[in-house]
Amino acid sequence: MTVHVPTRRELLLASGALFAWAYVPKLAHAEGRDPRFLVIVLRGALDGLAAVAPVGDPDWHVLRGDKALTVTGTPAALPLDSLFALNPAMPNLHRLYQAGAAMIVHASATPYRERSHFDGQDVLESGLAAPGTAETGWLNRALVSLQPAGRAGGGRDAFAIGPIAPLVVRGPAPVLAWTPRRLPPAGEDTLQRLLDLYRHTDPALARALEERVGLATIARAGGMDGEQPRPAPGAAQVRAYFAESAGTAAKFLARPDGPRIGALAFDGWDTHADEGVANGRLANLLGALDGAIAAIETEMKDAWRETVVAVITEFGRTARINGTEGTDHGTATVAFLAGGALKGGRVVADWPGLKAANLHEGRDLKPTTDLRAVLKGALKDHLRVDEAALAAKVFPDSARAKPMAGLLRQA
Amino acid sequence: MALDPKAEAALALHRFGLGPRAGSIAAIASDPRGALLAEINSPDAARINDTALLTSADAARTALKFQQERRAQRQADRAARAAANQQPDMKAGDAPPSMQPNAGPPLPQRLYLDEAKARIHAALAAQIGFAERLAWFWSNHFCVSADKGGVRPICGAYEREAIRPHILGRFHDMLLAVESHPAMLIYLDNARSIGPNSLAGMRQKRGLNENLAREILELHTLGVRTVYKQEDVTSFAKVVTGWTVAPPRQDPAHAGEFQFNPRMHEPGVHTVIAKSYAEDGVQQGRAVLAMLARHPATAKHIATKLACHFVADEPPPALIARLSKRFLDTEGSLNEMAKALVAAPEAWDSARPKLKRPGEWIISAMRAGAVVPPDIGPVMQAHNLLGEPLWRPSAPKGFADESAPWLDGLSQRLDIANALARRMGGDADPRELFEQTLGPLASTQTREAITRAESRPQALALLFMSPEFQRR
Repeated sequence: MTVHVPTRRELLLASGALFAWAYVPKLAHAEGRDPRFLVIVLRGALDGLAAVAPVGDPDWHVLRGDKALTVTGTPAALPLDSLFALNPAMPNLHRLYQAGAAMIVHASATPYRERSHFDGQDVLESGLAAPGTAETGWLNRALVSLQPAGRAGGGRDAFAIGPIAPLVVRGPAPVLAWTPRRLPPAGEDTLQRLLDLYRHTDPALARALEERVGLATIARAGGMDGEQPRPAPGAAQVRAYFAESAGTAAKFLARPDGPRIGALAFDGWDTHADEGVANGRLANLLGALDGAIAAIETEMKDAWRETVVAVITEFGRTARINGTEGTDHGTATVAFLAGGALKGGRVVADWPGLKAANLHEGRDLKPTTDLRAVLKGALKDHLRVDEAALAAKVFPDSARAKPMAGLLRQA
Repeated sequence: MALDPKAEAALALHRFGLGPRAGSIAAIASDPRGALLAEINSPDAARINDTALLTSADAARTALKFQQERRAQRQADRAARAAANQQPDMKAGDAPPSMQPNAGPPLPQRLYLDEAKARIHAALAAQIGFAERLAWFWSNHFCVSADKGGVRPICGAYEREAIRPHILGRFHDMLLAVESHPAMLIYLDNARSIGPNSLAGMRQKRGLNENLAREILELHTLGVRTVYKQEDVTSFAKVVTGWTVAPPRQDPAHAGEFQFNPRMHEPGVHTVIAKSYAEDGVQQGRAVLAMLARHPATAKHIATKLACHFVADEPPPALIARLSKRFLDTEGSLNEMAKALVAAPEAWDSARPKLKRPGEWIISAMRAGAVVPPDIGPVMQAHNLLGEPLWRPSAPKGFADESAPWLDGLSQRLDIANALARRMGGDADPRELFEQTLGPLASTQTREAITRAESRPQALALLFMSPEFQRR
């Protein structure tokens, strides 16, 4: 049978990055600034301890043993301060940190304390205190509050074309969906989960998928022509996808007439097995994220000075390694902030410690910083979102999480 | 193994229909069999009543006009270029093409896409989709291909005119409608077949083409290696000479319509499967088709194919025998055949060995996710990628109904499941969707895989890819 095989581009049903247009931070403009704000949601729950390791905490090695990143290991973690070091897969973020254009908030979490991805992502993106039937995201509501009452944007609203905005940008403010040229990688993780399901329930499908995937891997890797081994094809795809999505987003944000605020979502962080902190899967993902941040810096050009990128995830992972060389769903984790507008070069943390007694429910890094405080601080000082709106509409029931002050160079 | 009522309802939707939409399982749980029968007994079952769609004859004439205009345009362009070449200062490419910048696909493709859109929307809108599945089954049994010259603009109309009105009527009526439809006559070359001793045959060198006669015997009625021989094929081919399409130049008012042309018809008495048929113009062919429609070999062939489609790649012989008898007892009532399938205990086995065909799987995923695409482009691409391009089988046998060939597309299905899940984004709660579309049929492992997914899109992709969702 002849089969018409279209390019992956033809297959696109999906779009990737979303921007709310026409909603510009007017108060900031009045101060002579033109701020850009990009939110990157990491879906699946990032292992904050593997991304930013507390190398100075004596209990770190007790917890993770030979899986613990250290500044003397191979590869060596990149020192941040006396307590923390960055995963070696993130040299760009490290460079920005040293230049004062990146910072890390550690032991932070949303108010969600259960461990379901779907619900955790709901809370993270909706800005509500509990999961439920959220239909709008905090970023969208923040934009609405920037507008004078009764005004619903300008002519560029027509760019709103509907689909699949991440929840964080959904809501009344018009949204532009942008479709990246590259299809999101099918996801080694999804494939592994599916193979696992087939192996337990449907051997015929398992065999078929294994064969097809095997062939595809050989084809993508260049097969038997004796070339040097390359990085896992999945990893290269992920890297390219992250960099292209983020870089294109930055190109839009950098334009004088472009949007000022946007959001992206990257999947794949649910590392239950074979986490690969230093060399494997997580290192690849963090490397891809690092490349995405570098792409944003490059494409923003001069606008980088006025940029804040917030990288957030629904929750963290268990402090200890589990029985399959991975980590299970946890609680506190890290948030990354990057951009020229930041007063960076520091790790913000009310460090809870890693002794068993200090762990949340005896298993997770304890949350000591409310992530909403960080986001509220950025929205208030960078975009000039009104503090009352932040407490009432953007992050309802967050009065106790005061906007974190001093995140930006000029506040 | 006996299933509880909700599981039977879910099975009815996946096996006989196009998969559940939200609420479907609950809606038919009190009486799944009754719901299937109610759907096929509705007077509008499987009809597509879209007044914007053209009849095949109108579509053919419109397409013809379009081709003529385009040809004239090309000639004008060539003349303009030739004139430009006379001038020494200009190069060949400098002459501006007078064609308008192309506004969308050419007309035949537009007609094809309009029909495809109507079909996809009918499938998404169906309550259960049993009648739709029967329409797809028969359309594939009597397939034509848009890739054959002249068929593209009319293949959708063919299905609406020759297939859909008869899927719950009599096999004989469908057979007659199909074999005299211009789409089939063009696809299997009969429109050009000329009896050697006909008036036209004696004047020109072109002659008999056996293609249609052979495929009627081999694929449409008796089945391969049954009761017919090569002589029967040749003889039958002669019988149906003259079954053609009205030529545009001689008969512009009827261009694109079926026509019996006595000048192309091979005169005389012809014997097909040990029975001779007197010269009787177009009636001679109709008589042979009537014989074929009630032949026991045809009954067995149709019974086997239906059972293979709805039950198993190798259906139980007892089921085939029962369906076959039903066909003969009811003079080929397809309504009775459909009822017999629903009544067959074999059709309710909880084991689900059959893989959904690509189109069926794509539609069932869209139904589950309540996705109604404004633009069918990606849906068509998905069909192409999975090897089942709509109305474009690579051979008259149609797309395979066995599971094995479709296993090849499993990793492409994953790409499509991912893309669809991303399109649906965070709107749908996968846990709810799982309960609504698979719940009572799903294994514990599938349930866990979906609830433990790292994101909603991943959960949806796993749902669409789960064995229980992939299988009929």
